[in-house]
Amino acid sequence: MDFFSQIINGLGIGSIYALVALGYSMVYGIVQLINFAHGDIIMVGAYVVFVIIVMMGLPLWLAVLGSIIFCGIAGVLIERIAYHRLLVRDAPRISLLITAIGVSIFLQNLFQLLFGSDAKSMPRMFSFSPLQLGGLQITSSTVLNILVSVIMMAGLQLMVSKMKIGKAMRATSEDAGAAKLMGINTNTTIAFTFGIGSALASAGAVLYCNTYPQIKPIMGGLLGLKAFVAAVLGGIGSIPGAMLGGYLLGVAESLTNAYISSNLTDAVVFGILIIVLLVKPAGLLGKNTREKV
Amino acid sequence: MGVMLSVKNLDVFYGSIHAIKNISFDVQEGEIVTLIGANGAGKTTTLHSISGLVKPKNGEINFMGNDLRTTEPHKIIRLGLAQVPEGRRIFAKMTVLENLEMGAYIRNDGDKIEDDFEKLFERLPRLKERRKQIAGTLSGGEQQMLAIGRALMCNPKMLLLDEPSMGLSPLLVGEIFNIIQDVNKSGVTVLLVEQNAKKALEIANHAYVLETGTIAMEGDADELANDEKVRKAYLGG
Repeated sequence: MDFFSQIINGLGIGSIYALVALGYSMVYGIVQLINFAHGDIIMVGAYVVFVIIVMMGLPLWLAVLGSIIFCGIAGVLIERIAYHRLLVRDAPRISLLITAIGVSIFLQNLFQLLFGSDAKSMPRMFSFSPLQLGGLQITSSTVLNILVSVIMMAGLQLMVSKMKIGKAMRATSEDAGAAKLMGINTNTTIAFTFGIGSALASAGAVLYCNTYPQIKPIMGGLLGLKAFVAAVLGGIGSIPGAMLGGYLLGVAESLTNAYISSNLTDAVVFGILIIVLLVKPAGLLGKNTREKV
Repeated sequence: MGVMLSVKNLDVFYGSIHAIKNISFDVQEGEIVTLIGANGAGKTTTLHSISGLVKPKNGEINFMGNDLRTTEPHKIIRLGLAQVPEGRRIFAKMTVLENLEMGAYIRNDGDKIEDDFEKLFERLPRLKERRKQIAGTLSGGEQQMLAIGRALMCNPKMLLLDEPSMGLSPLLVGEIFNIIQDVNKSGVTVLLVEQNAKKALEIANHAYVLETGTIAMEGDADELANDEKVRKAYLGG
């Protein structure tokens, strides 16, 4: 029984990794950029929740909505201000990568300046009684994490496969030049992708705060890195891959914590990444499509 | 009838290389006009200048009263100018149907789009059979048909085709050229850029011969097909 509850716990934390991983994956898919500032968007989202609930004393639903909208807009702005000119001029990817690291450091320092570098504790956000499933007891935050992540990912999958903007995203990610010939405004499509990715990260932030009620300006670093590992593990650019990677990572972490040692958690996570990439360089669900002549 | 597309005194540079040197040509409404020439003569550069993917240094490009040099690439299709790019560039990971939907991206008339899918499938029945298939799994000829079908989905007034015969067997080239003729008969003006001069001159009304960035010859396609110099250089004697 304990084993199963560890798995469920792992899925709970994995859900957060998965939501954040989606942003890495979508942005990578469309502009081949590892957006290292993406992890810090989680931190921004968490502070927005903190400001709205704790400092302003406003209701929870407003905090969630506010955080998602704020991060969505922040994502678009970061693309416009930091990456857009580099993308339009077809700058080398390494310049974009360095810019992304710069944005990440900027955000961390900005929030340290605004809120101080010490950790702030968050009040309990969503509390309902734990779920009893046979002999298993599942905490409310785990239930919420899994539920929200599954719904968001189903929604995203639906958007990408059925909606016009989603198809435009796929077309742009595959061949931006050809997409332009079809009349697709690729600049808008790219900005939209950053916005959606950041909004998902902020949903991850809300869930994270609910699970671990403590925030600080550098919290996005390791969390972002792990979500990035999840995206690569699942096959970067693939939405189901990001989900799978997130869940696998969460479960691996949880099992390591329970049966090996909590000191080894990160070693196991990155060890899995190395092994998967050695065996399957494109990630678990990544595909190497060959061109036909 | 009148001039639909006019290119005047076009100059294009790639760094210090003068790729297109002061070329001018017109495409008359309703015609098939072809630009022929060897590899590297500047055919694709000329087309890319029209579609805004390459920025020319000097010259005018006018399509039905619109200055294409100041039109953003993604807005050109809205003027009624569609393109079948070199190497087809279909969206290989999307289905055939989704590719065609992308061709109709600028349209908002949902019901009519459905009708146009049906019309297109009548014209290109092979695409209908394969409409649920991932486009990357199609054969080269089918992919070329898809690229043409995708461009037609926006109901263009003019179609630009860049090397549609590339990499196809002679049988398929014939089939693709029949489709182009058929499209033209339905009222779409065609600018065809081709290395396969023989085939292009067979279906074109008017032709321009590009040589190292300049227009070496122009005239009726029939006349050029019988011209001694053209025969020697491009039609194998």
